[in-house]
Amino acid sequence: MKINTLISKIKPGISAILCIFLSLGTLSSLTAESTFLHVSFDPTRELYEEINKAFLKEWKAKKGNEFAIQQSHGGSGKQARAVIDGLDADVVSLALSYDIDSISTKSGLIDANWQKKLPNNSVPYYSTIVFLVRKSNPKKIKDWDDIVKPGVSIITPNPKTSGGARWNYLAAYGFAKRKYKSDEKATEFVKALFKNTSVLDTGARGSTTTFVQRGIGDVLITWENEAKLSLDEEKRSGKNTLEVVYPSESIKAETPVAVVTKTATEKGNLEKATSYLEFLYTKEGQSIIAKHFFRPTEATVTKASAKEFPNIKLFSLSDLGETWDSAQKKHFADAGVFDAIYKTK
Amino acid sequence: MLIETRPYKKTHLGISLGLTVFYSSAVVVIPLLGLFFHSLGIGVSGILEVFSDERIRSALFLSFSVGFFSALINLFVGFLFAWVLVRYNFPFKKLLDTLIDLPFTLPTAVAGIALTTIYSQNGIIGSYFDQWGIKIAYTPIGIVIALVFIGFPFVVRTVQPVIEELPKELEESARCLGATPFQTFYKVLLPELWPSLLAGTGMAFARSIGEYGSVVFISGNIPGKTEILPLLIVTKLEQYEYEKATSIALVMLLTSFVFMFLINLLQERASKKLS
Repeated sequence: MKINTLISKIKPGISAILCIFLSLGTLSSLTAESTFLHVSFDPTRELYEEINKAFLKEWKAKKGNEFAIQQSHGGSGKQARAVIDGLDADVVSLALSYDIDSISTKSGLIDANWQKKLPNNSVPYYSTIVFLVRKSNPKKIKDWDDIVKPGVSIITPNPKTSGGARWNYLAAYGFAKRKYKSDEKATEFVKALFKNTSVLDTGARGSTTTFVQRGIGDVLITWENEAKLSLDEEKRSGKNTLEVVYPSESIKAETPVAVVTKTATEKGNLEKATSYLEFLYTKEGQSIIAKHFFRPTEATVTKASAKEFPNIKLFSLSDLGETWDSAQKKHFADAGVFDAIYKTK
Repeated sequence: MLIETRPYKKTHLGISLGLTVFYSSAVVVIPLLGLFFHSLGIGVSGILEVFSDERIRSALFLSFSVGFFSALINLFVGFLFAWVLVRYNFPFKKLLDTLIDLPFTLPTAVAGIALTTIYSQNGIIGSYFDQWGIKIAYTPIGIVIALVFIGFPFVVRTVQPVIEELPKELEESARCLGATPFQTFYKVLLPELWPSLLAGTGMAFARSIGEYGSVVFISGNIPGKTEILPLLIVTKLEQYEYEKATSIALVMLLTSFVFMFLINLLQERASKKLS
C-alpha cells in the first residue's frame, strides 16, 4: 500500500521530468544536426539522392572525411521563402532564377552576382516544356496550336503557385509571340489555352497526378523530365497508356543553382558548398543528371545522351526580350496578364 | 467503497496564471499579433483594396459558402453517427468509433488525394455519378465533400458525451406522459443536445474555412470558380507579397472569430434556457 501511494505521489514528477528531457532531447538533436543542407524544388528529389552519394564518394577520396547532406524539397517559391525566413541552407537549386534572385535581394544571403560564379550562368542542367498525351494521341496533338483548339482539355499547374507552371505559360506565350510576331496575339493565345484548362493544381507533380492517375484531360503541359519520368514509371508497372509529344518549338527552362554564401560561411561549409555545386558540372555529375532526364550542359555528356533528348528548337527567356523580373511583373503579378485572363471570363 | 467528493482547492494562482499566460501568449497571442501588425503595414485602405479584387471576393464567398454547407451536413450526419454510436450495439462498433477520429490525425493532404481518387471521373464513386453528367471532383461539390470529411469528428466528438449523459428517465417519462417519439425527440432531447450540436458545428465550420490541404487537390483551383481563400494566401506568398497575404488571413481570422462568437452566444442562450 505504502509503495503504491509513494509511486502515485512521485509519478507526476517523474513524467514531468521525462517530458522536459524528451523535449530538450528533440530540440538539441534538431540544432546539433544542422550539418549541410541543400534546399531544392520538387522534381529533383531522386536526382540529388544520387548526386549526393556520388559527390560524397569523391569528397571522401579527396579529403578523407565524410559528412551528411540533408535535402529539402518543395515548391520552388515556397523553398525560396523558407530560406529568406531563415532555413539555413548551404546551397539552393530552384526552378527559376527569379526565386534565387528573390533570396538575394530580400535577405542578402546570396551574393547579387551569383549567376556569374558558376559556368553557364549557374545553370548546370536545363529542361524544356513538352506535352504528355494519351496513347495513340486521340486528339492529334502535334504542336501548341493544336492544344488551344476548342474541345481539348488541358492540365497545367497554376502559374501563381508553381514555378514550373510559369515555364509552361511562357513556353506557350513565347511560341505564339514568335509565330504571330505580336504581344496581343500571344496574350490571346494563352487566354485560349487557359480557357481549355480544366484543373489548375498547385504544383507540377500535382498536375502529373491529375493527368496520369485520375485520367483527367487530353494533354498535360509539363517538364520534359517529368514526362519521361511518367513514361518510365508506366514501363516499370507494365502499363502503356501515355505518349510524349515534342512541339515544334519550346522554351529552354533553365534551373539554376547557387551557394547561400552567408549561411555557408557562417556554418563553415563554404568549401563543401562550392565543390558540391562544381561537381554538378563534372562528367560524372552530368551523366547522373542526364540519367534523371534533365538535359546536361557539358559537351561530351550532351553528345552521349543525344538520343534521349530530341533536338527541338529552344528559345530562352531573353529571346523573348524578357528577364524573369519583367516577365513576373507583366504576366504573373497581381493585375498581370494571367489575372486578366480569368477576369474577362 | 466510499468515494469522497469535494471540490478542488483553487489555490496556486501563481503557477496556473503563469502557465496560462505563457502558453496562450507563446502559442496564440504573439503569433496573431504578428499577423495583425504585418497586415497593418499596408493600412486599412490597403486591406480594402485587396478585397476589391473580384477574384478574392469570389474566393471569400466560396470558402464561406462551402464551409457553411459542409457544416450543415456535418450537423445532421455527425449527430446521427453520435446517436448510433451511443444508443446501439453492433459488431465492430469500437472500430468505427476509432475510425471517426481518423480525420483528426490523418494529414489532410492524404485525405484530399484519397477523396480525389475516389470522386474523380474515373474513380469508384465519381465514375458512377459521371454517367448522369454529375461531376464531383474539381467542382464545389468536391470541396464540400472534403470539408465534410475533415469537419465530421468535431460534431461527433462534442455531441457523443452529451448523448451518453442524457438520463434515461427523461425519455421514459416523456413517453409515459403520452409523447410521440418525435415529440420526445423534438421537445425533450433536442433542447438538451442543442448547445453541444451548435458547438461542434461551429468548430467544424471554422475549421472548414481555413482548410487547405484536402481542398487544393479536389477543387481544381479555377479562379472565380473553385478557388478557395487559403489558396490565395499561398498565391500571394508566392509573389512575396506578405502584407497582402496576411491581410487575407486577418480578414479570415476576424470573420471566423465573429462566427465563433455568435455561436458561443447562441450556445450560452440555449443552455440558459435549459436551466
